[in-house]
Amino acid sequence: MSGVTLRGWLLDAAPASRRQARFGRWYRTWLSFQNNSLAVAGLLIVLALVLSAIGAPLIADPQAAILQHLAQRLQPGSAAHWFGTDELGRDIFARIVFGSRITLTIVALVSAIVVPVGLGIGLPAGYFGGVVDAVLMRLTDIFLAFPRLVLALAFAAALGPGIENAVIAIALTAWPPYARLARAETLTRRNAEFVQAAVLQGASPISILFRQIVPLCLPSVVIRLTLDMAGIIITAAGLGFLGLGAQPPAPEWGAMVASGRQVLLDQWWVATIPGIAIFITSVGFNLLGDGLRDVADARSS
Amino acid sequence: MIRLDRVTVRYGHGRNAIAAASDISFAVAPGAAFGLVGESGSGKSTVLRSIAGLIPHAEGQVQLGGAAMPPQRNRAQRRLVQMVFQDPYGSLHPNQTVDQALASPLRIQGLDGGEQRIATALREVGLGPEHRFRFPHQLSGGQRQRVAIARALIVAPRILLLDEPTSALDVSVQAEILNLLVRLRRERGLTLLMVSHDLAVIAHLCDRVGVMQHGALVELTSSDALAAGAVTHPHTLELLRSNAGYDMRGAEAARFEA
Repeated sequence: MSGVTLRGWLLDAAPASRRQARFGRWYRTWLSFQNNSLAVAGLLIVLALVLSAIGAPLIADPQAAILQHLAQRLQPGSAAHWFGTDELGRDIFARIVFGSRITLTIVALVSAIVVPVGLGIGLPAGYFGGVVDAVLMRLTDIFLAFPRLVLALAFAAALGPGIENAVIAIALTAWPPYARLARAETLTRRNAEFVQAAVLQGASPISILFRQIVPLCLPSVVIRLTLDMAGIIITAAGLGFLGLGAQPPAPEWGAMVASGRQVLLDQWWVATIPGIAIFITSVGFNLLGDGLRDVADARSS
Repeated sequence: MIRLDRVTVRYGHGRNAIAAASDISFAVAPGAAFGLVGESGSGKSTVLRSIAGLIPHAEGQVQLGGAAMPPQRNRAQRRLVQMVFQDPYGSLHPNQTVDQALASPLRIQGLDGGEQRIATALREVGLGPEHRFRFPHQLSGGQRQRVAIARALIVAPRILLLDEPTSALDVSVQAEILNLLVRLRRERGLTLLMVSHDLAVIAHLCDRVGVMQHGALVELTSSDALAAGAVTHPHTLELLRSNAGYDMRGAEAARFEA
């Protein structure tokens, strides 16, 4: 019964408070999102990744991820080692579970750098135009002109191997599309009548950017980010594979694929299992991004 | 209250510059309602926007409330003039509730008693508390325009600029909005400046009328004279004839002319 009244409260056409209006809007978004079963699958995969990163010590033995048992090296999957063991006798299941922490850290740090940088470059370029636009966009073009993985490689090589440097290298190569996106979104809104109304009220450019334009840019930026996540994870894995990402014995998925490639034909699981983990996570983020985009498109039309 | 002295507005730079409005001079007394009519592209909206301070004027002077307006207006000068836009769908932020749309001008202008002011503003434009926390997509076109009017009036401006405020609305809703504007003007002693291509709308709301063509103000007259057809400029007569189908007084004027 209370479920019915909560639903009624959320879908009320005449909300009585700011809180109710906001929750109602979220609930309607969720309702249109959950109609898309693929998007919900993507959300579940991403949630599983987050949960396994948070609860890693509860799911697997922290020791098993790093502890070497040379006597038990390259064992196939069994009750003791669900996904088998790698060339140093470490439990691959435990390494996958703890590797989700590294993947999630990379994903979170790259997002935390890319979104502010992209918005910080794109919003002023779009809003002020003229010289500001020309300078900021040429800078963006320079970064766009380099192939992403090669530039990330160069940065990672110059900064030295390590997960923090891998994050910086990926972020440095990932922000230009966000700047262009934010600029394009700003250009379409800056002459909107609600922006002119805000100007007439005496709002400063900063406050117009943050209160009027950013809320309209953010959905497309977030969607772009989730769709890019697969690429970011793969770039991180690629850097790890080349030895420029997380350093041993950290259980980074890309590095695990790299270490398993010598034994790919005889002990296929060593390289394949982390590969599958990368694949599933990438697909999960992609499906989630697609679903979010559908919801945003439905709302704007 | 409003005085324009040889105002010229240009778009573009150097040789490519186009004078969208040139050498416009007129004055509107406090509490009066002035209408600007003309075809699309005659520069009437340009004049309105330059009075609002949304676009700079190249030459001349805009005086509001007795003071000349600088190129960059301060908050108090902004508060003096507010505007209602043509498109009720584009003039409200799609992600903001009515409440947010009304609260933000109060915050920017540093006005206190927000709760009370928002409730009063909604009541004045004929909206109830049930509309307060709705998003624009949950409102009809007429309701959105009422919100836009409430947003303009919540900072208590002395001048209200109207850019074809009814042309995007149904005919029945048009009349409601016009009557609302008439009432608000009377209650608050507002000075109105309205732009429209619809002479019937102008005649309903305004006492004096300026006719624009190709960026120039070609005739200043009263709406009574307009209704009687007692105008001199050929373009004004043309406008009267083209509006004749909408308005009985216009129809009479057209017959009188023929």
